[in-house]
Parts: sequence; structure tokens; C-alpha cells
Amino acid sequence: MSPAANTDAQARRRDSARAWSFVAPAVLWTAAFFVVPFAVMAAASLWSRVGTDIVRIWSLDNYVGFFEKPHLVAALVNSLEVTALVTAVSIVLAYPLAFIIAEKVPRRWQRLALILAVLPFWTSYVVRSYSWLLVLAKNGIVNQALLGAGVIAEPLELASTRTATVIGFVHFFVMLLTLTIYANLVQLSPNYRRAAADLGASTVQTFVHVVLPLTRPGIMVGAFLTFVLCIGDYITPQILGGNQELLLPQVIMLQIGRRADFPNAAALSMILMAVVTVVYVACARFLKIERA
Amino acid sequence: MRAASIAAALYAAVLYGFIFLPVAVLVLFSFQGGRFPIPPFNGPSLAWYAAVLGDAKLMAALLNSLVVAVVSSAVACLLGFLAAYGLARFRPPGTALSRALITAPLAVSTLIIGLGLLMTFSMAGVERSLLTVGIGHVVINLPLCFAILSAQMGDHQVNIERAARDLGASEVQVMALVTAPMLAPGLIAAFFLSVTFSWDEFIIAFLLSRFDVTLPVEIWSLLRSGLNPKTNAVGSIVFLVSIVLVFLLELTVFRKAARR
Repeated sequence: MSPAANTDAQARRRDSARAWSFVAPAVLWTAAFFVVPFAVMAAASLWSRVGTDIVRIWSLDNYVGFFEKPHLVAALVNSLEVTALVTAVSIVLAYPLAFIIAEKVPRRWQRLALILAVLPFWTSYVVRSYSWLLVLAKNGIVNQALLGAGVIAEPLELASTRTATVIGFVHFFVMLLTLTIYANLVQLSPNYRRAAADLGASTVQTFVHVVLPLTRPGIMVGAFLTFVLCIGDYITPQILGGNQELLLPQVIMLQIGRRADFPNAAALSMILMAVVTVVYVACARFLKIERA
Repeated sequence: MRAASIAAALYAAVLYGFIFLPVAVLVLFSFQGGRFPIPPFNGPSLAWYAAVLGDAKLMAALLNSLVVAVVSSAVACLLGFLAAYGLARFRPPGTALSRALITAPLAVSTLIIGLGLLMTFSMAGVERSLLTVGIGHVVINLPLCFAILSAQMGDHQVNIERAARDLGASEVQVMALVTAPMLAPGLIAAFFLSVTFSWDEFIIAFLLSRFDVTLPVEIWSLLRSGLNPKTNAVGSIVFLVSIVLVFLLELTVFRKAARR
């Protein structure tokens, strides 16, 4: 080996050692407090609870039990239904708003319009769900307004229903999706639209065939975030949904709160993660196709 | 065209109304004179704000939240900055893997992160406390800080750093005196974003705290007493604090960054 190559290799090794002294703290932190807990949970999902003790006998009982207990499967189905509905409604509501802010609002006011559109984002998460409870309560503002206007004779049962959960979720995710779709819209070069117009496309044709496909990444990013955050959320359904119909995170919290059944809670969490992973893989593939 | 504009304005008005409705109701009825935060409104009264300020448990929780938010965000920023610097400047073998590992918690629900930590701590015999809550908050904020700071590590800073090294600065001096000041907007943004997330985080704080709790957990136990203007008042205070933070951030960091 020539001396030059030797010092080169040495320099590279020195650089690498130096780099690791910077990177190691973050990697070790993530390993200790994210990877290890995850491994612990994966292992615990294969244990079982006997009485108040957790027994380390390996079995798939918790997973088999999930499919054998209708109320657990129902919780997953409920979660999927609510999440799908919330994602779809949020996209449909947020897209026009993002479009209006990006296209109709004068440039110098756009930032303010956007900040205002996501301002309630910064209220406390717990408080935001509570606020919807105030709005939807039996003698709350919506019922009183409808009664006053003579639209209804009896107050509607709005709180403690799936509808209330969906409204609470949609409120949060409309703000999130407006952000991601707006960010996508303002990046589009006006040349695309000019070209479409030059080729004789109408405004509607340009939107459907040019603008909409080009903003699909913004929609997909927002939709994926919505799905992940929505399906894993405990607060909104717990405050707004009542006890008639439980979602998966509520059932998971019940396992530890009421029964201290960590193995079962771990198994349910793994199932929740598996669902999210499947959706992620599907989305990632879809996004890649879009880019190509 | 006019009709379209009117329709657009109407649609925007309805959606802004929907977005602001719960916040407006929350704040309005925090000034309620009576015992219930529902119409009719008889106020304004500051009684419930006085009740919040006089509630020792709420005030302790507020202080706990601030401490946890500031300390955990500082740790997350420091770790994120060091890792982003090390990976961007030296590109050691395993860079892609390290990036994937550090950002992985972003894709996992906080409920699952909290549960995993709860099981691990209880098996290791670690008592739940504000410290364990802070550890959990660093786990969720580190990926965010790392991602923000990595995006800010541009090639244009490399030459300035090289110049500093040629002039005899040590690696630590380069990082602390040259790189960190250049990245100040990103560092401040990452820090304050982490603070707002930690300040508002519920599920990890709920699972990993015991006697000392943070504000969202205390508000949660307040909810058990049903609809109560006191909850409105504390919610309005939290909202005000967050809004002030966001606007300060907007006026200082982002305005400057946009002008550059």
C-alpha cells in the first residue's frame, strides 16, 4: 500500500470515528428508548397474564384470542371505518380551502390566511375535543340554535356518538390537510396551466387533468398522516365517542387501565402497528408510481 | 367568474367558521357567569380564571409541563443537532441506516411508544415520574429536530466551516461557534416546535407519570367532573400561550428566513 493511500484510509477512519462521536448519542437514545421498548412489547405480546402475574410462556394465545373475541375485532373494524371516513371527508373539505387560499387570496395575505386556517391546531389536544363536547352537547350551542330556528323539536343526541368522534377528528385533519395540499399547490409552476390553456383545455379540464394529478403527492402525504394519527388516537373517541362503540386505542387502554393485562395490550398494539404498516407500504408504492 | 368568486368566498367563510367554532365557544364560555359553559351566556366574568389561578394542582401541573417541555426539547435539539451535523459533514458508513433509525419513531403512534416505555420501565423497576415523561417526549421530538436540522445542513456552510478549520479552530469550536450560529433559525424553530408538542402531549405523559403530572393530564382529570367553565378557562390560557409562541416564531424566525 502506498503511503498516500495509507493516510487516505487513516483519514477516512478518523473521520468515521469522529462522525460516530456526534451521531452516537441520538442513535443510542433511540435504541434504548424506542427499539428496546418495542422489542419488549413484541415479546410481551407473546406472554400471558395469569391472575395478576405476567407469565413468560411463549404462545400466540393473545393473537388467537383477538380473532376469537368479537368485541376486539369490532373495535378494529370501527377504527378502520372511522379512520377511512375521516380521511375521505377531510380531503374533500380541505382541498377547496387550500385551493382558494393558493389561488384566490392575494399573495401577501396568503400566509396570514394559512396561519388563521390552522390556528386552532395550537389549542391543547385534550381541550379541543372538550370544546366539541360543548358545541355538540344536548343543551349546547348547535342544539340551541337548531331549536331556536325551529328546525328540530327535540334536541339531537350529537355528543357521545360516532358522528361526534368523526366531527372532532375532521376538524383537526382539515387543518393538517389544508397545510400539505396548500404547500403542494404553491409549488406548481404556472407553466403547466399555461401549456394546458394553450392546448385548448378549459379551466375545468385543466384542473381535472393537470392540477389535480400534480397535487396527488400533497394529498397522499396528508392522507397518510391523517390515517396514522387518527387510527392511533385515544383522546378524541374517548371524550366524544361515548361508551357505546369503542375504537382500538380505547380497547388497548382498557386492557392496562382496568385489567393490567399488558400482554394483551401489547398484542393489540402490534396488530394496530401491523395495520399502519400495511397502509404505509401501500401508500409508499403508490407515491413511487406517481413519481416515475 | 363573479359567481365563482362569491362561491369561493362563501365556502372559505363556512370552513373558517367550522375551524373556529369550538375555539370561539371555548373562549366565550370561559367568561361564563354561571356554573355551566352552555348557552345562555351571562357574563363576562373572570371568576373561572381566578379559580384556575387559585388551583394549586393546576398551577403545579402547568409548571411541570413547562419544565418537561423545555428540558426535553433542549435534549432533543442537542441530540438532533449533533447527529445531523455528524451525518451531513462526514457521511460515515451506515448513514442511511442511522437516518432511518433516528426518524423511525415518527411513523409509530405515540400510544405504542408510550406503552412500550411503560412496560420496559416497569420491568426494569424504574418508577414513573416527570423524568420518564421527559424521556418519552425526547423520543417523539428527536426525529423532528433531527429532520428539521438535517434539512438546514446545506453545502454552502461547508466552506465556511473549512475556513474556520484552516484558521485553527477545533472540531468542537467549529460546531459551536460557526455551524450552530449559522443554523440558529432552524435550531430555534426545532426547539419551539418541540416545546409546543411536548406541552400538548397527552398519552405518553398519562402513561408514564404518577404523582407529578403535566397540564394535559391534569386537564384530563378535570374533564371527569363534566362540563365546567374552569376547563374552558384553563383551555383558553393554554391556547393563548401557544398562539403567542406561534406568532413570536413567525415574526422572528420565519420572517427572517423568508427574507434571506
